[in-house]
Amino acid sequence: MTMNSVISAQNLDLTFQTNDGPIHALKDVNLEINQGDFVSFIGPSGCGKTTFLRVMADLEQPTGGTVTVNGVSPAEARKARAYGYVFQAAGLYPWRTIGGNIRLPLEIMGISKAEQTKRVSRVLELVDLAGFERKFPWQLSGGMQQRASIARALSFDADILLMDEPFGALDEIVRDHLNEQLLKLWARTEKTIAFVTHSIPEAVYLSTKIVVMSPRPGRITDVIESPLPKERPLDIRDTPEFLEIAHRVREGLRAGHLDE
Amino acid sequence: MKSVLPVLTVVAAILAFWLAAVVPMNMHLVADQAQRDGLEVSPETPVARQEVSGVGLAFRNPHLIPLTYDFVRPRLPAPQQVAGEMYDTIIDKKITSKRSLVYHGWVTLAPTLLGFAIGTGLGILLAVGIVYSRVMDRSVMPWAIVSQTIPILALAPMVIVVLGSMGIQGLFPKSLIAAYLSFFPVVVGMVKGLRAPDAMQLDLLRTYNASKAQGFWSLRLPASVPYLFASLKIGIAASLIGTIVAELPTGARAGFGARMLVGDQYGQPLVSWAALFAAALTAAALVGLFGLIERITLKRMGMQAA
Repeated sequence: MTMNSVISAQNLDLTFQTNDGPIHALKDVNLEINQGDFVSFIGPSGCGKTTFLRVMADLEQPTGGTVTVNGVSPAEARKARAYGYVFQAAGLYPWRTIGGNIRLPLEIMGISKAEQTKRVSRVLELVDLAGFERKFPWQLSGGMQQRASIARALSFDADILLMDEPFGALDEIVRDHLNEQLLKLWARTEKTIAFVTHSIPEAVYLSTKIVVMSPRPGRITDVIESPLPKERPLDIRDTPEFLEIAHRVREGLRAGHLDE
Repeated sequence: MKSVLPVLTVVAAILAFWLAAVVPMNMHLVADQAQRDGLEVSPETPVARQEVSGVGLAFRNPHLIPLTYDFVRPRLPAPQQVAGEMYDTIIDKKITSKRSLVYHGWVTLAPTLLGFAIGTGLGILLAVGIVYSRVMDRSVMPWAIVSQTIPILALAPMVIVVLGSMGIQGLFPKSLIAAYLSFFPVVVGMVKGLRAPDAMQLDLLRTYNASKAQGFWSLRLPASVPYLFASLKIGIAASLIGTIVAELPTGARAGFGARMLVGDQYGQPLVSWAALFAAALTAAALVGLFGLIERITLKRMGMQAA
């Protein structure tokens, strides 16, 4: 474990007991995520990428091995509110305004009213939704709702952001735009981000580290350290460096499939 | 406004059916009376007339048809007779009069509202218990379902008589029956509503390390509001029926149920019918009121009414 390791997994195993027999969701997973990393998890359905993220968040319990988040167990990290989690769907409460939704974690954590107001306007600014505080979720587009849900995860200032295919349900144009914004947000807030996706360009564009996974049993087949600079305009995706990494990811995914 | 035309169409169809039914239903009584009044009737003896159907009698005595719509003690009163009786007993009579339907309406409405409040409160409490406790989920729900299979007509007199022998009379026994009928839809609706949040929404609260109480107040309760209103609209109508049933078999002197029984026992069908329609209108008004509160509440909560 290095000095600035934030999330660390050693020999992680997770088997779900189902009616159709046991499912080996994660097998012998080892990974270090350092502070300030943007790590993408990519792989086909059933490769355990979402399960791995949920283990970090203490939403699933591993059946073997160890995971630490900020040096403690995921359960302790969750109780210390060490991470913000963004789900596949925005999942905003329809009876709360955008501001009210972002205030939800702050209310639960017992943060003062004045501080709540300050933080809500700050994170709305961060996700480019200033002026939408009093709108209800149904008045916003899908992309705006997802941005609001990111603002909600940012509002309590956790150092770690766990994102489970947050842009999976959005069209490509909106997705490009949000990817660009997410990178800017990451640069400004210096958070550690773990990001699940099944889009190769998205993974390569966003990440400092790409974790390629394959199914049955879910395992890591390749970990790619990206040589791309931190500053990334959208057209970096046409450079040879970018295409080379994308090629390596694709090869890794293919290799995982050939194993079967 | 779009719903007005279909509703009026149905009302018109019911009225037409009713108007058509008045003639054959009352024809024999009218023919007997007409004969006593010296009018020409065919066939001539009551025994012979019994062999003929109401429709047949109307064909043979067309001159008697208008009389069926204005008979004093009809088997089936005509719509305008019921309307006249209602106008008389709701608007003309003083509220303090024992014949005023407003007075009888309040006698029925008060226990309805009290019983509804008890039933709703109990229903919500049971639903919370069922959602949060596995033991209650397994033990209470089957009994709640069984409770609704007991015919209320059989149960109501027993409850009223037992409570009466203990010296408890008036408002409370009737409220108990009303509560008995109204708690069930609230339990079913609220259990569904409190369980409406999906796994993702519950996981989200878990990532905040929210307590069970926080999860209840911030997620489960607001999510259940649309379900609650659906249940309240069923519950309030059930409460009114419960109260009326509780008034029927026990010699109650006031209330819609008592009026229905009095009309029946003393050969005054108009009194029964007027009470019946007044009860129906009261139920419609109560359901409409809760529909209105529902729309206002959901709008203020930012959710569209279902």
